[in-house]
Amino acid sequence: MQAATFLAYLAAAALFIVGIRRLRRPETARSGNTIAATGMAIALVATLFVIEFRGLLLIGAAALIGAVVGAVSAQKVKMTAMPQMVAAYNGVGGGAAALIALSEFYHLQTTGEQDLIASVTVPLTILIGSVSFAGSAIAFLKLQEVAFTGSVSFPLQQVVNALLFLGILLLAANAVLGGEIIPSLPPVASVVAVLAASLVLGVLVVIPIGGADMPIVISLLNAFTGLAAAASGFVLNNYILIIGGTIVGASGTILTRLMSSALGRPFGKIIFAGIAASGTGK
Amino acid sequence: MEQFLAQLAVFVVAAFLGWELISRVPNLLHTPLMSATNAIHGVILVGGMIALSESTNPAITAVCFVAVFFGALNVVGGFWVTNRMLGMFAPPRRRVRRRKG
Repeated sequence: MQAATFLAYLAAAALFIVGIRRLRRPETARSGNTIAATGMAIALVATLFVIEFRGLLLIGAAALIGAVVGAVSAQKVKMTAMPQMVAAYNGVGGGAAALIALSEFYHLQTTGEQDLIASVTVPLTILIGSVSFAGSAIAFLKLQEVAFTGSVSFPLQQVVNALLFLGILLLAANAVLGGEIIPSLPPVASVVAVLAASLVLGVLVVIPIGGADMPIVISLLNAFTGLAAAASGFVLNNYILIIGGTIVGASGTILTRLMSSALGRPFGKIIFAGIAASGTGK
Repeated sequence: MEQFLAQLAVFVVAAFLGWELISRVPNLLHTPLMSATNAIHGVILVGGMIALSESTNPAITAVCFVAVFFGALNVVGGFWVTNRMLGMFAPPRRRVRRRKG
């Protein structure tokens, strides 16, 4: 990477940090958000130089559609509906990380490059990103009161989740080892299966949690997406992804704890029990 | 390997930094902070741009196209909605409505 783009990424990272710092006080919070957004703009422009403007037409088209949808939805959403909107934006971020890792896996397969670190971080990114995507989608539906309102559970839910998780690990190992564990399943099909199974896991983990606990769940999934972004930074050898993603991953985790203690809801209980139906209780 | 170790160092330092950044924040700011950090992980858009730029397979290009769309949605929607949320704190010192996250 050229020095100029590296320095631009560094500046972006610094602006993220200053932005978050200013977000800790009500008086400076709004400017903090603007500063972080400026950092993002710098990172994106620098990336144009990293990719040497290849595929600019497609990138521009996709980004434009995304930006318009984002701006319109953010402007129109009611104040009371903001938590689920944050869940939606968080979910698509996780989805993006999973899809990027998927494409990068294909890229590594076709070029035949052997990269131990990428082969571990790719399935990890797909797992975390997909769980965040599906979990956020369920959180959105719950808060919007479209579906899964209250606590949805079924017998042996924990066992099913655990088995599903083991299955994902098996599929991921199969993908990394080039289809040695399940010979009928080639590596690329195997990572697609990891993605699909992780989506199901994301749904199953969030459906038993009641609507009142959703803000805490969204905060946790926010940290997840940060981690997924950081993991994809290891895959793509990109520092701003590692820095930005990790800061969100870490700050999101502690923020989740702060929120659950502020709301007086034990964190572990929410995530692991899921059985305690909280429904509409506040 | 050397590159990975450098990345690992950045990762560990960033993790501690993120942890330290959010401590003793007023409850009022929990939701805006969540929303702003949500926008920051939209930096994944950078990854989408890189992946799309190097794609040669049509199916993978489609996958990356969706990733860039998602990333841009995350960035723009995230910062925009945070800005609206924080707009409720202005004008200075006058909290119009108290909102429960």
